[in-house]
Amino acid sequence: MIDLHGYGPRLFEGAMITIQLGVLSLALAIVLGLVTASAKMSRSWVAHRIGTLYTTIIRGVPDLVLMMLLFFGGQIGINQITDALYNHFGIDIFINVNEFVAGVITIGLIFGAYMGETFRGAFMAVDSGQIEAGRAYGMNHWLVFRRIRFPQMMRHAIPGLSNNWMVLLKTTALVSVIGLSDMVRVAAEASKATREPFTFMIIVAAIYLLIASVSEWGFARLQKRYNAGYREAD
Amino acid sequence: MADTPIPLEVRNITKRFGDTEVLKGLSLKAHKGDVITLIGASGSGKSTFLRCMNLLEQPNEGDLIVHGEQIRFKETKHGREPADWKQVVDMRAKLSMVFQSFNLWAHMTLLENIIEAPVHVLGKSKQEAIAHARELLERVGLAERADYYPAQMSGGQQQRGAIARALAMDPEVMLFDEPTSALDPELVGDVLKVMRDLAKEGRTMIVVTHEMAFARDVSTQVIYLHQGQVEEAGPPDEVLGNPTSERLKQFLAPKH
Amino acid sequence: MDALMTWLEAQLADNSIFTLQTLGYYGEGLVTTVQLVVLSLIIGLVLAVPLAIGRGSTYRWVSLPIFLYCYVFRGTPLLVQLYLIYYGVVFVDGIQETWLWVILEKPFVPALIAFTLNTAAYTTEIFRGAIKSTDRGEIEAARAYGMSKGLMLRRIVLPSAFRRALPAYGNEVIFMLHASAIASVVTIMDLTGAARFVYARFYAPFDAFLFVAAIYLCLTFGILYLFRYLERRLLAHLKPASG
Repeated sequence: MIDLHGYGPRLFEGAMITIQLGVLSLALAIVLGLVTASAKMSRSWVAHRIGTLYTTIIRGVPDLVLMMLLFFGGQIGINQITDALYNHFGIDIFINVNEFVAGVITIGLIFGAYMGETFRGAFMAVDSGQIEAGRAYGMNHWLVFRRIRFPQMMRHAIPGLSNNWMVLLKTTALVSVIGLSDMVRVAAEASKATREPFTFMIIVAAIYLLIASVSEWGFARLQKRYNAGYREAD
Repeated sequence: MADTPIPLEVRNITKRFGDTEVLKGLSLKAHKGDVITLIGASGSGKSTFLRCMNLLEQPNEGDLIVHGEQIRFKETKHGREPADWKQVVDMRAKLSMVFQSFNLWAHMTLLENIIEAPVHVLGKSKQEAIAHARELLERVGLAERADYYPAQMSGGQQQRGAIARALAMDPEVMLFDEPTSALDPELVGDVLKVMRDLAKEGRTMIVVTHEMAFARDVSTQVIYLHQGQVEEAGPPDEVLGNPTSERLKQFLAPKH
Repeated sequence: MDALMTWLEAQLADNSIFTLQTLGYYGEGLVTTVQLVVLSLIIGLVLAVPLAIGRGSTYRWVSLPIFLYCYVFRGTPLLVQLYLIYYGVVFVDGIQETWLWVILEKPFVPALIAFTLNTAAYTTEIFRGAIKSTDRGEIEAARAYGMSKGLMLRRIVLPSAFRRALPAYGNEVIFMLHASAIASVVTIMDLTGAARFVYARFYAPFDAFLFVAAIYLCLTFGILYLFRYLERRLLAHLKPASG
């Protein structure tokens, strides 16, 4: 059997952290993505500009740099705020920026931009005749969105969602750099300590591939569900 | 003056797309039981005119009065818009539209399509809506297709389903936008039969169509549009049987 | 040149962080980043062409290994691949005695190997897709005119496949630029490494990271415009005729 030199439990915990990180970031990314998509499709010139600025910055700066900016810069920024609070109001609190939270926020922000593009394309792919029929039958804006636009949009969004998730999953490895004990960090430590990098890195790689396979299966099922009623060629 | 308000009246509807004036001050009155057919060449504005009646298109000028209630407008930087969208939504619930491309909601079964608006817009209970829907499906001959998705039905079946969906709202006026133009010729007859039955029942209908036989047999009034203006209007015998305008004569002449 | 440096130094004298010295670090970092990205892209590209062709081979013993290679390198994080090769190079018994150690000693080479293998895998998939989407009609015409498979590949399929791959490959180039920041994790002094150094020294995260973020942004836009230009020039034949 493979000798894990006792790192087994820690590796497992690390894997759990990776999965939690991924899922929470995905949730944040989806919310931000929907907001961004609506901003970019809105009539408001301001909203459109903000959305474009957001996506441009995310797509122009490396994930690792953003993560460090947010984590290290964020800690200093929050310190400045709490200092100001203390100086002006006498409130004495210390907020420690947690690596996990910083990771979720960073990855969520990054993939919120990509999800925004996915959702925007998906919304635009909805047949306008379907929307018109909804409006013609007296549905208000919210009802049309909830009953027609959103369900039909999801069908077009799922491939993009799945792709973004696969990239997000791999990006979670970067939080090991800012100190979070995810499985990559544990494996790196173990590699150095036991001088057996292949053992641990291959295991971590295998776990990533496993999570990816399960995700693929899950998304395929989701796609089938949203494809109900459509011809195969669609 | 009648005490009950007439179902639909539009006055002086004008619509511009950019610099082109597509509708030039059109008016129409639909009394209960009227079947008004709009005919004309492509580009004459007949579909646009119809879509102004339920505000899928916003007319630049003109009045819209549904069941006695006048729709209020306001000027914005984007042009003229309804002042109160809730009023528009309520108005649309009293009208029903049947589209050229059917526009059945693709992610719902036929039954779900029919009960959707009654349940979510009119607030009916699901059981009530389903019972009513099954009756309507019987009427249009689609009872066994209730649980089918639109993609699994032919064009003619989809359009009959769309008519059932329109009927489910118990509308004041039914609007038909070239209901048979997208159908294969063999399927047109089934849809027209359903529409004829509706007319016989006394439904108030406004129909944009190319089907002259239908117009002649069933309408109470035929309006011929040319380039956004009413060229001729009147009972079908006069307009179709004895047209006065040259253009209308050419339009009606069989193409060789 | 000296006059310019003196002027520059005077300008920056007030600033404690953006001194001539730290700008020097960033400069070195930029050079290292560019070296790393360009080298890995070029080698990866050269490797990807035969791999993409082999990926579509009818011989299982050729296509399967290539498929597995792409699957693993595209399905796992680059950081893990980097650690594997970087630590693997150091800890493999006996490697320090061989001649290989001369080049493997500095962190740059293992990083280059990891990045190259990574981009080669992605590029192989890109080319594979482009080759597969060659118009059936063009291939039939080639066969009808008696072209051998090799000739057809060389003269018909590959040239048009490269052009079709341009948009996707442009994305890959940008991706590699961003991924190169990971090299700083194994102590390579690339742009991000310089930023981390400045941050550690002056405890000024915003100055350090915002500055390199801006540089990366400029580089990204540069690459974007380059590829848009290339697409205009090389893909013009696919657009409908104007006029």
